[in-house]
Amino acid sequence: MRLVLVVALGVAVGLMALAAASPGARTTVEIDVRYSRFQPAAVRVPTGVPVTFVFRNHDPIDHEWIVGDEALHAYHRNGTEPIHGDRPTEVMLPAATTRTTTVIFAESGRLQFICHLPAHEAYGMVGVVEVIP
Amino acid sequence: MLRRMLAASCAAVAAMTVTVGPAFACGGLIGPNGAVNLLRTTTLAGYHAGVEHYVTAFQFAGGGGAFGSLTPLPGVPSSVEKGGDWTLQRLVRETTPFRLEDTAFAAAPAAGEAEILMKVRIDALDVTVLKGGATEVGRWAADHGFRLPPDAPEVLDFYARRSPIFLAAVFDADAAAERGQAIGDGTPVHVTIPTTNPWVPLRILALGKTGDERVEADVFLLTDRQPALLPQPTGLNGMRLAHSAPASDELLADLRSDSGMTWVPGSGWLTKISLDGTADQFTYDLAIDASGFGTPSRVAAGFDLLPPPSGIDSAQQLAIVALLGAAALAFMTLARRRAVGLPAPW
Repeated sequence: MRLVLVVALGVAVGLMALAAASPGARTTVEIDVRYSRFQPAAVRVPTGVPVTFVFRNHDPIDHEWIVGDEALHAYHRNGTEPIHGDRPTEVMLPAATTRTTTVIFAESGRLQFICHLPAHEAYGMVGVVEVIP
Repeated sequence: MLRRMLAASCAAVAAMTVTVGPAFACGGLIGPNGAVNLLRTTTLAGYHAGVEHYVTAFQFAGGGGAFGSLTPLPGVPSSVEKGGDWTLQRLVRETTPFRLEDTAFAAAPAAGEAEILMKVRIDALDVTVLKGGATEVGRWAADHGFRLPPDAPEVLDFYARRSPIFLAAVFDADAAAERGQAIGDGTPVHVTIPTTNPWVPLRILALGKTGDERVEADVFLLTDRQPALLPQPTGLNGMRLAHSAPASDELLADLRSDSGMTWVPGSGWLTKISLDGTADQFTYDLAIDASGFGTPSRVAAGFDLLPPPSGIDSAQQLAIVALLGAAALAFMTLARRRAVGLPAPW
């Protein structure tokens, strides 16, 4: 019985260590949206493999997640598209919903993800994806 | 995005208090272009015999469509009715006697849904009293054409954790025009709220504003005795004590003679607080202790908040589950050993 206890505690400690470990490159990334903030606001993902993002919007208002380089964000800051949906890098996040998308990042580098709904970027809805080799 | 923004229903949004000032105006409206047009606002919060009387006015800003406002309330109102015709103007005159020429008064539930406690039509104003958390009220607002700014989730939660009661007012500008209301005309609203814990929402005035944008408002308090306030209006925190004195018999008689104002007591204390600060200063509300004990509530002021419904991330959840699992297993082991008469293994 003592062995069972030791094993149980070992598993618990292992899970805690796993949970507390600093994230490396991940192929599944969970991002919560609360109080018009992305949490976490910085993630690392690998190059060349499918990365699944799971977004949980806890807010009672709509948001969006658009990832790309500065040129893309400049376009969206002045864009006229009423909705997104066909591109895995541009995801609408309706109020109080969960959405998933899968993206393959072809090149390493540093990209931003931003909510471009009016005033949301200025409020701080900005994050970073670091794509590592 | 731009088209989305422009196509957004004519709704505006959310702020609370309303009205007055040298040109009586409404509280924080957010137009279809996202701009915040918060003009100086004025409100009377009277407290007598365990009842808060909240008198404010919604201004017809012209144009068509609808414009809305959300006002957090400290409790469930017993009535919402048309306010007195000139109560707010009379208060301004009482406390700014040397600037009368400036007071050009603008004639001045299914789960997950907000519960509608009351619906009232006052002139061209549709008033709805809602009960619900930030998510429910936010959803109701979105469904009714309000476009909430990005700080709304946190601000609504700030209020809902303390009192999940909100007053939503939608100004039907088309109806106002049909009624012959001119731009600037105000519709006074009188909300009667039985409560032992009066407070006046201030943080909502900064809704939709960036940190350095100005918030200007006048708040009148009419209480049985000199109230204790939290925070105290120091002048450095965006709040200035502009008037504090026993209410004159003449003022009280005048107020009492306005429609719906018979609750005004025979004696009282009049306080005027001028708000003039930046949006990032107003992270609190105004708590009032009118009991004479001098202990306004830190919770009512928004300084002490209840914890959010869920503030832990998935990693923390995993760690907690692991610990609970280990504890449960250890408990079961101990219970079993005791049942068979064995000592604990430690």
